[in-house]
Amino acid sequence: MKPAPFEYHAPATVEQALELLATHGYDAKILAGGQSLIPTMNFRLAQPAILIDMNNIPALRYIEPTPAGGVRIGAMTRYQTAERSPLIAERAPLVAEALPHIAHPQIRTRGTMGGAIAHADPAAELPAVCVALGARFKLRRGTQERWIAAEDFFVGLFTTLLEPDELLLEIELPPLPARSAWAFTEVARRHGDYALVGVAAGITLDDAGNCADVRLSFLSVGDRAVLAHNAIAALKGHPPTAETIAHAAAIAAADDIAPNADIHASVDYRRHLAKTLAQRALTQAAERASAG
Amino acid sequence: MAHHTITVTINGETEIVTVPSHMTLLEMLREELALTGTKNGCASGECGACTVMMNGAPVNSCLVLAVETDGAEIMTVEGLAHDHTLDPLQEAFVESGAVQCGFCTPGMLISSKSLLMRNPNPTDHDIREALVGNLCRCTGYVRIVDGVRQAAKLVASDTK
Repeated sequence: MKPAPFEYHAPATVEQALELLATHGYDAKILAGGQSLIPTMNFRLAQPAILIDMNNIPALRYIEPTPAGGVRIGAMTRYQTAERSPLIAERAPLVAEALPHIAHPQIRTRGTMGGAIAHADPAAELPAVCVALGARFKLRRGTQERWIAAEDFFVGLFTTLLEPDELLLEIELPPLPARSAWAFTEVARRHGDYALVGVAAGITLDDAGNCADVRLSFLSVGDRAVLAHNAIAALKGHPPTAETIAHAAAIAAADDIAPNADIHASVDYRRHLAKTLAQRALTQAAERASAG
Repeated sequence: MAHHTITVTINGETEIVTVPSHMTLLEMLREELALTGTKNGCASGECGACTVMMNGAPVNSCLVLAVETDGAEIMTVEGLAHDHTLDPLQEAFVESGAVQCGFCTPGMLISSKSLLMRNPNPTDHDIREALVGNLCRCTGYVRIVDGVRQAAKLVASDTK
């Protein structure tokens, strides 16, 4: 019940961290908040030879407005900081709504926004939220930076486009369109447990009250956060009524997701939850968009 | 095996400790510093028995490496009482019968203390949310929530 020995480095800058990664690559693991990594190390499911601790790099802890009206979040920003940020509440209400669903206070004290993204747990809230919002991620390797859209970044179970010598530095959330609103909901057996299914939804209304844009994503329904393209196409251009939303939610549950069964939920139950939760989240987003 | 010498403030006292890189904060507290009030439950961040405060906020000490606490301030359950006087939370836990086997109690106290430091007048919902990461298998939470509520009242009446 304790980690195997490893070599420990605590770089003070991103450049030092990148140099260490360039040298050690596959043998090294990045320690961000450690709230997923340390448990797997405690149980010796992970035994990295080298740990690169990012906690001494203050330059990666920030929440800042972008000139376009969005938000930039440094990878080492802790959940708790984001949860209490007025800027996130104002410019990324979906993130603010989803954050309290992540585990419990002890975990949120320490866990980081970037860690959750790089870890790519298909049952985690933040990847699905970033996919729904159309976020993008800043990655760096040596002196080379690249930006990857959230939807492209997650490629499988705990797998992303990050190279072994590449770091995730920033999450950029785009500005929210006018007359748009968002909602997040999930079902977990107890608050803080991994959700059986979770949904993030966004609706943008046009002047006629039709859905100019729709965003709908799921967590815990497959090997990664899923954007529900078929459901989105079904609802876009239509007014968000009880019927159109129910129709879109049914399409999402049938065509957009491929959930797995486990001891907590069967495939059928997960599809049922996906449909019901999508219906609720889309309805709530539509109500908020009409009210706003 | 690499060792690191860290300086960490624990319950107000500065400690200089040499730890191996793979030692957790929990292990350092219990094995190196003999602060055995903090309990080892699940080692995976589910049970909250190992909760301590790190720089004023609750963490699971099983999920923090000792080396990560270099320069940090840690408060454990041993830091609650002063000069043979219990913290109001401890008094209220005793009076409310919030303690049965006692294994979860240090974690419950530290999570509750963090809550009351941030929010001296919590609702029952706030209390339950603050304790969602702390499992108790004996009392069933009702008396624990009673204890935190009573502690908030005690502190409020003392400061009037």
